[in-house]
Parts: sequence; C-alpha cells; structure tokens
Amino acid sequence: MMDKYSLLHKIGIYFSIALFLLFMLLPFVEMFLASLRPLTHLFSRPQLEVGETLSFVDFMSRFWSDKMSFQAYRDMWVTVPQLPRYIFNSVFLSTAVTLISLCFVVPAAYAYARFNFRGKSLSLTLFLAVNMFSGAVLLIPLYKLLRSYGLLNTYWAMIIPGVAFLVPTGIWLLKSFLEKIPYELEEAAFVDGASRLYTLRRVILPLAVPGLVVVGVAIFIGAYAQQFLFAITFNQNRDYMPLPAGIFEFIGYQTVLWNEMMAASLVGILPVLLIFLFMQKHLIAGLTSGAVKE
Amino acid sequence: MKQFIEMFKPKTKAQTTTLFAWALIAPAALVMFWIVVWPLYETFRLSFTNSNLGTLMSGADYIGWENYEKALGGRKFPAIVGRTFYWMFLSVGFKMILGLIGAALLASNIRARGVIRALVMPPWIVPIAIGCFGWLWMYNGHFGILSNFAEMAGITDGPFSFLAYKQSAFYSAVVTDVWIGTPMVTLFFLAAMQGVPKDLYEAAYVDGASRWYRFRRITLPQIMPTIVSMALLSAIWTFNSFEIIWILTEGGPRGATTTLIIDTFKTAIFSYKFGAGATRAVLVVLILGVFSVIYLTVLGRLSKKYSYSGAQK
Repeated sequence: MMDKYSLLHKIGIYFSIALFLLFMLLPFVEMFLASLRPLTHLFSRPQLEVGETLSFVDFMSRFWSDKMSFQAYRDMWVTVPQLPRYIFNSVFLSTAVTLISLCFVVPAAYAYARFNFRGKSLSLTLFLAVNMFSGAVLLIPLYKLLRSYGLLNTYWAMIIPGVAFLVPTGIWLLKSFLEKIPYELEEAAFVDGASRLYTLRRVILPLAVPGLVVVGVAIFIGAYAQQFLFAITFNQNRDYMPLPAGIFEFIGYQTVLWNEMMAASLVGILPVLLIFLFMQKHLIAGLTSGAVKE
Repeated sequence: MKQFIEMFKPKTKAQTTTLFAWALIAPAALVMFWIVVWPLYETFRLSFTNSNLGTLMSGADYIGWENYEKALGGRKFPAIVGRTFYWMFLSVGFKMILGLIGAALLASNIRARGVIRALVMPPWIVPIAIGCFGWLWMYNGHFGILSNFAEMAGITDGPFSFLAYKQSAFYSAVVTDVWIGTPMVTLFFLAAMQGVPKDLYEAAYVDGASRWYRFRRITLPQIMPTIVSMALLSAIWTFNSFEIIWILTEGGPRGATTTLIIDTFKTAIFSYKFGAGATRAVLVVLILGVFSVIYLTVLGRLSKKYSYSGAQK
C-alpha cells in the first residue's frame, strides 16, 4: 500500500532518474561518440549565415556522422606506441599497491576488530586523520624523501605514496568485516590449543576471504584512480608512466587528437569498469556497511 | 639485563593483549610515520626556511616567519582562501543535495533498481584524470556538446569556450567536481536510507502522514549521522581537490580557479619555491583542522539542542 505510486508520481520518478543518469553518463557517451568520429568531422562546424542560429538538425549532425568507425581504436596504438606500456603500468601499479597495502591492512584491521587495548580509539582516529591530508600537501618532503632513497623515477615512487594513503581506509573497511565473524569460533580454536597466529591464519582468514576481496577491490579502484598526481610529480621516466599521465601525449603542439585520446581513455578505464561490473553488488554492500545501523 | 627485560614482560592478560595488538598494528603505523607523519613534520620545518632549487645542495637557511608574512600579506592570498571556501561550500552543497535526491529516487519502489544504482557509479570508479579528459572535450568552445547545445537553445550567440572566461571556468570546474563526488554520496545516503526500520514508515503511514512529511520527519533525522559525516569527508576532499582543476584549467584563466591546493602545487613544484610552498601546505592543514573542529563542535551543540541524534541510539 505504502509503496504504491500514482501514475503521475511514477512518471515524475522515472523522469528524475533519467535526468540524474543523464548527468552521470553523458560524459561517457560523448567520449564514446567522439572516439568514433574522424578528426575532420570532430573539427567541422556547420556554416552559418549571419544571424542564423544553430538548428536542431545541425546540432545532431555534430554528434552523428555516416563516417563513424573504430579507426581511432586502431590508430591510437600507432600515434602513441607506448600506449600498451602505459596501460600495463596502470594495472601493474594498482595491483602492487593493493597487494602491499593488504599486508599492512590485514593484521592491523584484525587487531582493531578483535581486541580491546590501550590506545585503541586514539590510534584508530589518528589513522583516519590521514585521510585529511591529500598527497598534494606532502609533495615537497615526499619528493625529498624519495630522492634521498634514489627512488624517484621508479615504480616505487608511485607505489609507496599510493600505499600510504590507502592503508587507513583499508583498515577501516576490513575492520567492519572482521567484526562480523563470531568470536566463538576463535575461542573454540583457543580451547583446542591453537596459538593466536595459527587462529588468524587458519580460522579467521578463510572466513574473511569475501571481505578481503571487497577491500582489495576497493583499494585497487582507489589506486587506479589516484595515480595521476604522484606520476606527474615523482616520475619522469616514460617507461613507468601510468595511463592518465601518458594520455597527455595525444595533445600535440598543433592539434589535439581528440578521437584517439577518447578511445585510449575508454580502453584505459576498461580494467576497472570490468572489475566493478563483476564485483559491484559485494563492493557496494561492503563499502556502505558502516553507514547502515545494525 | 635480565631484570630489565623482566620489567617489560607483560604480567597480566590485558597487557599481553595490548602488546599483541600493537605488534599487529606496528607495520601499518610505521608506514604512516614514514610517509605521512615525518613528511608532515618536514613540511612544517621547511615552511620556516628559504628552501628552493638553488639550496638543494647547499642546504636552506632558517628565515623565521618570513614565508608566512609574505603568503598572508600577499595581495592574492585572501582571494585564494575565499575562493577555496566558496569552491568547497558550493561543490559540497550540490553534492549533498544531488546525493539526497539521487538516493531518495533509488530508494523508491521502482524497477531495475540494481542496474540503475550500478549506472550511477562510473564517475566515481573511473580515474579522476580520465573523467576530466571527457569534460575537457565537452567544454570545448567550438566543438563541445555543451557549447553547441547552448547555441542551439539560443542561450549563447555563438561558440562559447567554457574554460576561457574567469567565471564560467570556475563554475565548470564545480560542475565536474560535483559530477565526480555525487555517486559516492548517493551510495552512502541510499545505504543509510535502506537501514531505516520499516515499521517507522508504516506507523507514520497509518497515521496519515504524507510522503514528503515522512521523508522530512523520519528519513532525514534517521540518516542525519550519515549526512553529517559525509558532509565533513566530502568537504575535506573537495578542499583538497587537485586533479580536476589542474587538468581542466591549471588554476587559470588568470587565477580564477586557483584554490589553496593549486597555489601550493604551483609554488612548490612549478616555481621550485619549496619553503614558500610548504608554508601554504601548513596553512592548508591548519585551516582544515580548525574547520573540522568547528564543524564537529557546532554540530555537537546543535544535535544536543534538537536531539535528532536520538535516532542514533
């Protein structure tokens, strides 16, 4: 009864949703359409007489053409021969950040989920306070730090800061997962004489696999998203550039190859989009579990 | 020596637990010290020196408050701080409103809810830089969809380059920032809304409360804790937002989109004035810290006064 809508309500709801989705997805649609059009069409404008305004047909013809093809998806590898390398770098960097982060996140999250100890809430707050600093604030000393270790212009220059800024969020997410694993299971293992580390390895970890996967995916997506800043400041070696920084090569001195740039962007976001598509149900449930009261 | 070690051996069970817990946390804590806490201290120290490209080898000199006097007394500085706060309030405001509307729509009893929810997410999933490339193309004056649409609809007389004029560049950057930030806000509000006990709505419905009344008097107070924390998080991130502005305008035209973070980056990395840049970084941290404390205190007072946190239990 309560959830029934009148026809007018229904139309209103679906119309609003359509508008909302239009805002969220228009850039992607336009990126895709631009990637299909030849450059000559991208850079053409209907010839208007003085005082004449752009008609609807003219407007549509700007975004639709008979000459649409996937040519840009072939040409882009020629224009920027390093492109496969950039995509590989992006995926590699995110994977490395994810795996290394998890090594730090798992033990810490377990400690926060299971034990009451001195300094618990204070240290947890301090971890979360790290979220207040963007990498941009710490760039100067980080630059000096990485330089003194000779890590500038290596993969590490992008991995290390990436890990540092994702560990706190990871701890927070995994903690709420681990809290849901019943303590009795651990106690049973204890009674049977298992050590704490053995329990962590053989009892908790297997049960925590779904949570670990979600947290891992969340870190991966975060790492994939935040490569740009660290890449443009800490790395000048083209061999190690991730995609978001590499895409700038489509911007030439004379002209911007918009169609190939959009094609490369869309291909570049495919890895995260695919992972998100497969994981979205678990991911959304996992990310928001803190927001829902139990 | 043996006695010394004995002194630190845990004696009670609680002490053993504390020791074990800290041993587990130590690796993560050490990384934080190395990559966040120490650089933070170092930023603070650098802000009192004249460190720049020339002093990298010889070592920088301590110059006291000079950097701060220059930054705070600078002609442009008040404008930059004002702009940063305007940018933050405007963008966060839109994110909250759009997020609430989006979440309310998705929480309604409609078909294909899961699919629609997944379709809202991409701006957030996709690397910020790549989303910005898309907007860069859309804002293009001659060939972008927005300029062409405005022309067709008769809003503008001819091609309009959104990023070429001071005002339009600023608001264009806000739109892109809202676009990137809204999905997450929507998602968290939706999750909070779905966590509101159903019987509250049913009781209100039986009493004849309208849909709008139920939203205002049940949904909003119930999800208020989520709104409060999302607003703060979102404010901090928006304040710190770098990539969006950098890719769209690099802080231009003529400084119209230069926020504190952009100013910090420009000073430190582009002009190699590490000391002066560090000063701005310290100011960012201070301003955000003060802002967070005021925000939480004010909200704490308000929530006591109106006791909407009673819904929190």
